Amino acid sequence: MPWPEKNRYLGKPTPRADAPAKVTGRAKYTADVVKPGMLFGAILRSKWPAAEVRAINLEKALAAPGIKAAITAQPVPFIVNYYGDELAAVAGTSRQAVLDALELIQVDARPRAFVTQELDAIKPDAPRVVPDSPNLGEGKARETGDVDAAFASSAGVIEGLYETQVELHHPLEPQGSAVLWDGDEMTAWSSTQGVHGVRTAFASSLEVPQNKIRVLCEYMGGGFGSKFMPGVQGILCARLAKAAGAPVKLMITRFEQALAVGNRPSSHQKIKLGADATGKLTAIQLESFGTPGHRSGASTGGGSGGAAFPAPYIYQAPATRIKQGSVAINAGQSCAFRAPGHPVASFGIESALDDLAVKLGVDPVAIRILNDPLEIRRREYQVGAERFGWKEKYRQPGSSSGPVKIGVGCAGSAWNSGMVRETQAEVQINSDGTVDVHCGIQDLGTGSRSVVQVVAAEMLGIDLALVTAHVGDTHFPPGPSSGGSRTTSSIAPAVYDACEKALAELKERSGIEDPRGANWKAACEKLAAFPVQGHGRWREGLADGGSKVAQGGVQFAEVEVDTETGFVKVRRVLVVQDCGQVVNSLTCESQINGGVIMGLGYALYEQRMMDRTTGVVLNPNFETYKLPGPADMPEIDILMIDQPERGVIGIGEPCTVPTASAIANAVANAIGVRVASLPITPDKVLAALGKVPGAGRQDTTALEIEQAFARLAAAPATTAREEIHA
Amino acid sequence: MALYASRAKIRIAAIGFPMKSTPPPTGPGSPTGLSTPVSRRAFLRGLSTTALTAATLGAESVAAELAQGNAEQPRGPAALPVVLTINGEKRTFSLEPRVTLLEALRQSAGITSPKEVCERATCGACTVLLDGVPVYACMILAIEAQGRAITTVEGLSREGLTPVQKAMVEHDGLQCGFCSPGFVMSLTALLKSNPHPTEEQVRKACSGHLCRCGSYPHIFAAALAASGGRPVSKINLISHDHALA
Repeated sequence: MPWPEKNRYLGKPTPRADAPAKVTGRAKYTADVVKPGMLFGAILRSKWPAAEVRAINLEKALAAPGIKAAITAQPVPFIVNYYGDELAAVAGTSRQAVLDALELIQVDARPRAFVTQELDAIKPDAPRVVPDSPNLGEGKARETGDVDAAFASSAGVIEGLYETQVELHHPLEPQGSAVLWDGDEMTAWSSTQGVHGVRTAFASSLEVPQNKIRVLCEYMGGGFGSKFMPGVQGILCARLAKAAGAPVKLMITRFEQALAVGNRPSSHQKIKLGADATGKLTAIQLESFGTPGHRSGASTGGGSGGAAFPAPYIYQAPATRIKQGSVAINAGQSCAFRAPGHPVASFGIESALDDLAVKLGVDPVAIRILNDPLEIRRREYQVGAERFGWKEKYRQPGSSSGPVKIGVGCAGSAWNSGMVRETQAEVQINSDGTVDVHCGIQDLGTGSRSVVQVVAAEMLGIDLALVTAHVGDTHFPPGPSSGGSRTTSSIAPAVYDACEKALAELKERSGIEDPRGANWKAACEKLAAFPVQGHGRWREGLADGGSKVAQGGVQFAEVEVDTETGFVKVRRVLVVQDCGQVVNSLTCESQINGGVIMGLGYALYEQRMMDRTTGVVLNPNFETYKLPGPADMPEIDILMIDQPERGVIGIGEPCTVPTASAIANAVANAIGVRVASLPITPDKVLAALGKVPGAGRQDTTALEIEQAFARLAAAPATTAREEIHA
Repeated sequence: MALYASRAKIRIAAIGFPMKSTPPPTGPGSPTGLSTPVSRRAFLRGLSTTALTAATLGAESVAAELAQGNAEQPRGPAALPVVLTINGEKRTFSLEPRVTLLEALRQSAGITSPKEVCERATCGACTVLLDGVPVYACMILAIEAQGRAITTVEGLSREGLTPVQKAMVEHDGLQCGFCSPGFVMSLTALLKSNPHPTEEQVRKACSGHLCRCGSYPHIFAAALAASGGRPVSKINLISHDHALA
C-alpha cells in the first residue's frame, strides 16, 4: 500500500509538536539537565600545537576547594597534535571552582615543531604532523578516456584555481553530556545526532555492557554533522562521574568548539574544463588538496575522514582525470558537516562551468541543462529560470551600470538520501484514544518528532493532537543516527508499518471493521486496560526513491556588489528542490531556509583562521567568526517539488549544497571577474577588481600553490572506489 | 577562553558597563538595553586609571570621587547573599560576586530558558528582560540585577502562550529551539514598545540574535503575524505533474 492520495496532514503545513515547549522554556536540553549533587566538568586543553606530554600533576587541582575528581585525558605519556587537544579534566561543585582548578594542573610537556597552514605543511621540509607518515597523503586518482586528446580537440578550454575554507559547525548548543552512574549502570544525557550510536560508542570506550547504558536526548540544539559520537568530552564526562561518585555535566565552551569538535575541510581545486562550441563538456580535469586536520590520508569522498569530495560533481565528460589529496596540519580534525564534501565540490565545478560558459558565450542556465545528466534537475532549471526571471535578469558579466553592480547566478545539488532499513517504531493505542509513538531517533531541530506525529495521525485517521511522538531514548526501538538526510525516509515507513499493525489488532479486538475516523473513540474504549501495540519496521515502497533515484535541486541567486567597498549583499535566493513525498511542508520549508542561510554564511562570511606562530584558532567566537544574522537575510523563495511517487526522501543536506556556488556565480556576473576563493569577503572583491594590491593572492603564494600541486601530482595514487554522484 | 570574571574583589559600581562587542542599534546588546544608564559617578568609580578623567574634570574632583568610592566596602571574593526578583518572585541566593546573571538564573534559580551559547554578548540566546528591556544576561553580574524586575520566557507564559509565542509556533519560527527564548524576549519587548512594526523594525530588533539553524525568515513572519501584520504563509508546494511534466 503506497502513501494515501487524499491527505489530512501528510504534505500539509503542520506546526511542529514540540514548538510550544521550545518557546516557553519547558524544553530541557542536555545543557539544561540538572540532577541532585551534579558536578560541573571542564577540560584542560593543550596550548601546544604539538607536544609530547610527559607528566601531568593533578594533586593541586584535586586539593582545590570544591573539586571532586581530576583525571588525565589519556594514560601519560601521550602526544598532542593540535592546540586544544585534551590533556585532563576536572569535576567540581561550581563552574568557578572548576575553572580555578584547571589552572592548578601542572603539565610537563616537550613542545614539538608544528605547522598550521596546508601550503606550509605540503613543503618537503615541513614538520611532520604524524611522525611516520608524510603530511600529504596518497592522492585518490581516477582517469577515464584520453584526457589530453580531448582537451586538444575542445573548442573552448578554461583552467582555474578555486578554493574553499575550513568551516566550523557552531551548533548553538555546544557538544556535551551529563552522566549519572547508578552502580554499574550509566545514564547519559547527550546532545547528539544518534542516541543508539552514542550508546554503542560509550559501551566500547568505557568497556561497559550496552544494556547497562541508557542514552537520552529529548531536545538538542543543533549538530550539523558534529554530534554523532560522545566525543572525547563525553567519555571524559563519564569517567569524571565515575571517579567523583556523583553525576557530572560537561558542556564545552564556544572557544573549544572552534578547536576540537570538527569542521569542514578546506580545498584548493585546480580545475580544467573543455567543451565543444555548444558548451557540451568534452573533458574534466580536477586536482585538489585540502586539510582535514591532524590526520591526513586519502578520504572516503565524504569529507568525514579526508579532504576529498565527490568528483566530478554532477557533470560528466567522456574524458575525466581526477586526483585528490589530503594534507595534515596541527589543527582539530574535521568530521561530517551538512552534506559532507558536496558544497566544496559544488563551488569548484559550478564556478568553473560558469567561467567556461562566459568564455564560450553560452548562457549559464543553458550550459547546465545541456550537461546535467539528471532529468529532474534539468526541469528544475527551466521552472526556476522562469520564476526567477532569469532571461530578464541575466546580463553580460560586469555590465550593470553604477558603482553597485547587480548579478545573478545559479547552481545545482546532487544527493542520495537513502534510508536505514533496520529502523523500527512502536505505536501504542490507548483506551482513551490517545496514541504514543516511540522511536529511537532524535530531533535535531529538523522536525523529525513532527514527522512521526504526522505520519501516525494520517495513517490512523485521527486528530493530530491525539498523537504524542517520543524520541531520543535508547529504550525506544532502534532508529538511525540523523545523518545523510535519511531520518525521515527511515522513520516514516516504520511508523506507517507500525500503524498498520496496530490498526489490524484494534480492528480485531474492537470488532469494528474500520476503527479510523468516526469509529476511533468507540473502538479504543474496548481496549480497557490493555493498549494495542504495533511494532513496525521500515519497508519497501514508501521511501525507495531515495536510493533508486538521485535527488536534485537547483538554486538561483541575485546579488548586489558595492565595487567601492567590496561588500556583497544577497538580494534573493530561489530554491527549486526535489522533495519526494513531502511529510510536513512547514518544517520542510524551515529546513530549506536553514540550508540556504548556512550556504550564505559559507559563501560570504565563515572561515576558521589559524595562527602560524601559536597554532591557535584566531577567531573562536562569534564576533570574529561571522555567522549570517538577521540583517543579512535575502528574500528566500522556495519551490518544493512534491513527487509522492518517489516516496519520502530527505532534504536537510541537499538544500545547502548549491547556495554558495550560486552566490559566487552571481558575484562574478555582477563584477565581471571571478572571486575564486570562499568566503567572498570585501578584501577579495576589491583585490579581484584591482582596487587593492595583492590582498587576494601574492606571487609567493601562487608559487607555493604551483609547487603544492606538483607534489600532489608526484604523490602515490590510490584508486578510489567508484562513486556515482549524478 | 570564555569570558569569565576573574576571582577578584568586585565593586558593584564598576559593572554593567557595555563590553567588547559592538552593540546593535536596538535589542539586548544596545546601550539602551541597560535600563539604568551608567551614571557619571559610576563610570568614574569603574575606571582604574585617573589620567583620562583628570584631564577632563580636574584632579580635585576625581580625588574626591575616588575617595568616596574607595570608602565603600568591596564585595567578594566570597559568596554573599544576592536577592533577585525573577518573574515576580523575590528569591535569595548565595553567590560569588563574579557570578553572571545568566549563571545565577541557570544554575541557582533553575531557570534554563536563557541559554549559554557565545558567552560574550554576541548571540542573544541568554536574553532576558530587565525592567522590561531586553539585555544579555551573560554580560550582567547577578549582584547588579538586584532590585530590578527580571523576566524570562518562563514568566511570560503563565496564562498560556503569548501572541509572540503563538505566532512562533504557528509560523515555525524555530528549528532546534536553542535560540528561541532569546528571540521571544526581544520580540516581546519590541511589540510592547511598537505594536505594529515593519519588517525592517523586526529585523533591527532581532539584530542582536543569532540562529544557526537559519530560522530568520519564519521568525520575521511570526513577529509580523503576532502584531496583526500581513498573513505570511507562502508555502509553494508544486506537484510533479505541474512542475516537471
